Amino acid sequence: MDKTSLQNLTRGLVAENPILVMMLGMCPTLGVSTSALNGLGMGSATLLVLLFSNAAISLVKDIIPPLVRIPSYIVIIATIVTVVDLLMAAYLPALHAALGIYIPLIVVNCIILGRAEAFASKNTLGQSLLDALGMGIGFTLALTTLGIIREILGNGSVFGLSFLGEGESPILLFIMPPGAFLALAFMIIVFNHLRKREAKS
Amino acid sequence: MAQKKSTFWNMLLTLSGIALVAAFVLSFVEGQTKDAIDKAKTNRELEALAAVVKPFDNNPFAEKLSLPIPHKKEKLELYPARKNGVVNSYAIKTYSDKGFAGRIEMIVGFFMDGRINNFVITQSQETPGLGTKINDEKFKAQFHGLYPGRTVLKVRQDGGEIDAVTAATISSRAAVDAIRRAIDAYHNFYTGNK
Repeated sequence: MDKTSLQNLTRGLVAENPILVMMLGMCPTLGVSTSALNGLGMGSATLLVLLFSNAAISLVKDIIPPLVRIPSYIVIIATIVTVVDLLMAAYLPALHAALGIYIPLIVVNCIILGRAEAFASKNTLGQSLLDALGMGIGFTLALTTLGIIREILGNGSVFGLSFLGEGESPILLFIMPPGAFLALAFMIIVFNHLRKREAKS
Repeated sequence: MAQKKSTFWNMLLTLSGIALVAAFVLSFVEGQTKDAIDKAKTNRELEALAAVVKPFDNNPFAEKLSLPIPHKKEKLELYPARKNGVVNSYAIKTYSDKGFAGRIEMIVGFFMDGRINNFVITQSQETPGLGTKINDEKFKAQFHGLYPGRTVLKVRQDGGEIDAVTAATISSRAAVDAIRRAIDAYHNFYTGNK
């Protein structure tokens, strides 16, 4: 793999992590990350949509006049999300039941439109796919980690397995919206501290 | 490659073209997945039903009855579960509009003597990790084998005997509300049958 391709693939993981560095897609991040499994499911669904939307947009980028590119991208993204929603309802009903109300929200996730506008509309199909893969995995990792932190603190369990004894109660705040802000803020602090230290050395 | 110019006709044609393709793709996928989605929904309902009634060998959905609710226009559906032709338990599909986020639907199962067997939430938009815990065994266990007349069916905060899910009092209250609606309807049906 040449250097640019590798860069496009890995950029989303740390250097331009969509949640922890670019702070995109905060709504689903804060809303869905109540448990590790929810984070993982939402991250994977977003990754899937991102792959399709980046591919579709890098293919049609030359036939879309610049002034109507945003409405065009939104129609394409909404179509892909609806297709994913229908396919999941048909063939993965259990996962769809758990994530059902979040799937339509992917349409308004800034990461999808952000990558379409910033990357797929200027690059080839192959590079756009690599970018989508990197960004999607970076998003999923951050979302799952946040889900794990909130689930441990707020529910006393990891991936649904409880480790609390009888009579011990978790810090419920972390399951609720204020806890989402707190946990995400601390996660961003630690992540960026480590990232800067890495850059210095 | 040079981008297309943003002239009126270019923009109109491109947007219409994209919308047309999107419409075709969507209607195609919808047609392809419709049967599978319906089947998944029936399976889910059948699973929920099987969890709240005794083992059965009929199709309870095919024998459904409509039960009027006191002072309401809407009706609840009752499904009799039969084994070898004899009814052994009933399931009632009920709802509550007092949820934290919209309507909660559930199926409640009754033994022949009026005791509650179990319930399963079939549809809700409660907060994942909080309100959704009304579908967890810890909350449900309070209702297994419960005689409706002998327990004050309210959450403790309202002076009843049901322990609400911590930090999800509203969802718990809604679950109790739905169960009470089913009990009222079942009571009417039961006394009417005698």
